[in-house]
Order: sequence, then C-alpha cells, then structure tokens
Amino acid sequence: MNPTKRCAACKYLRRRCPKDCIFSPYFPPTDPDKFACVHRIYGAGNVSKMLQQIPVQARAEAVESLCFEAKCRVEDPVYGCVGIISLLQTQIQKTQSQIAQTQAEITIAQTQSSQFM
Amino acid sequence: MRGHEPRSSSSCAACKLLKRRCTPTCIFAPYFRSSDLITFAKVHKVFGASNVSKLLSEVPEEQRQETVNSLAYEAEVRLKDPVYGCIGAIASLQKKMLELQHDLAVARTRLLAHSGVNNHVSPLDDSPELTAFLDLVPYSDLMLLDGSSLDPYLYDLGQPPFV
Repeated sequence: MNPTKRCAACKYLRRRCPKDCIFSPYFPPTDPDKFACVHRIYGAGNVSKMLQQIPVQARAEAVESLCFEAKCRVEDPVYGCVGIISLLQTQIQKTQSQIAQTQAEITIAQTQSSQFM
Repeated sequence: MRGHEPRSSSSCAACKLLKRRCTPTCIFAPYFRSSDLITFAKVHKVFGASNVSKLLSEVPEEQRQETVNSLAYEAEVRLKDPVYGCIGAIASLQKKMLELQHDLAVARTRLLAHSGVNNHVSPLDDSPELTAFLDLVPYSDLMLLDGSSLDPYLYDLGQPPFV
C-alpha cells in the first residue's frame, strides 16, 4: 500500500485507505484541513454513518454542507452557521418593514399629487 | 462498583442516554435536563457527546446555553435534511432576501418617481456585511426548501440575545 495514495481522512486517522473508503472521493489528500475541520466538529465515525445513510449521488453535496457548517462552528463556537440564519432573518424582517414604509410613502405621495391636480 | 452504583434520580439527559453516573460537575447537566432526552439524543447522533463536551468546555460558561441551543437546532435540521442541513435554510433565506431587495429597489424607484428628483432616497441600500452573507452560500435550486416549509427552519429570534 502506497501511503501517499491515502485520502486526507485516512492520513489524519493514520490508517490504511481501502479501495472502498467512504471518505476518499470527498477528502482528497491535497486538502487536509477540510477533513480536520469536519472531524473536529462531527467526528469521523458520525460523518461515516451520515454518509452511509445518504445515496451515493448526494454524498458530495452532503460533505460540502458538513464542511461549511463545521467551518462556521470553528469560527463561531457559540452560534456556528445559526448566526448566519439569524442575521438573514433579522435582515428579512428589516427589509419587509422598509418595503411597507416605502409603499406607505408612495400612497401618501400619490394622494398628495392627486389633491393638487 | 461500576454498574452497581445507583444512578442519581436527577441524572441529566446526557448521562441517562450514555448510561453513566451524573456527577455534580457534569458539563451537560445544566443544559440537558432529564426531560431533554430527545434533544440530547439528536445532538449526540450528529455531533457526538465527546465533541459537544469539548465545544462546551471551549466557550465561556455564560454562553453555553446559547451554544447548546444552536447545536440542538443544527442537529434537528441535519436530521431532517441529511444532505443540506442548515445550508438549505440559508439558501432559501438568501433567495428570499434577494427577492425582497429587488422589491425594495422597485418600491424606492416608484417613490422617487412620485416624489421628484429632490428626494434623497436611493433605490438600493445594501450593507456590505449583508452583501457578504448573500454571497456566502452559492446555492443551487436543489438546496431550496419548498416555500411553505421554511417556517420550521427559522431560528427562534425570541431567545436572548436577539430579544
């Protein structure tokens, strides 16, 4: 077994990388930080279990979303990606208020212009 | 002797699930009461108890409840959507935000038309932070939740510190 052909996960876990390694399609050895981040938050065992329960064609997307959420959690240990959700919700509420206010101002402007006609 | 020690009747949900003695210094006990078994089970399934313990030990004590709340939310969403997890909710919120920004720009342009050129309202009023967040997840339509099903994914802004 050529050790340089191990995927990033097996390299990190210091084990041989079998041909049917569940991690190897998604964690190339060229990006060791990707697996390190996911392992830190979820653990290799949990990631493996999660991937096994997902159809093969959806696993790449699942890995990307897990990596994104793990990265968010490393950067913000308290809120993780939930901080982004909260920010977007707050901004949505603010923008909806701004739209309502602007529509009210349009109505006033329309009323005023029709009064002067 | 292990296995013969009576488990405390006030074991937290974590120690109950992990079948171990709940000590007075248990890191989980303040945040996973014995009635929160399902919540802890979900968090344990996605993150693992030891990872949660490490995460909690790395944040100040006063922020641990918020940490647990967000972990519980993420775990819940990940179990509902094993492929996209919270990213699905983020993608849908981003799309909604873009639509609303467009609606606001249209409304402001109409207001400018009615008010005349002396009005200082600009059609668009993007904050740079929001623009950065809107570019965060290059969503595909596959990630988007059905319009009607976004509500269960919304984080409860009624919790501190958002209130």
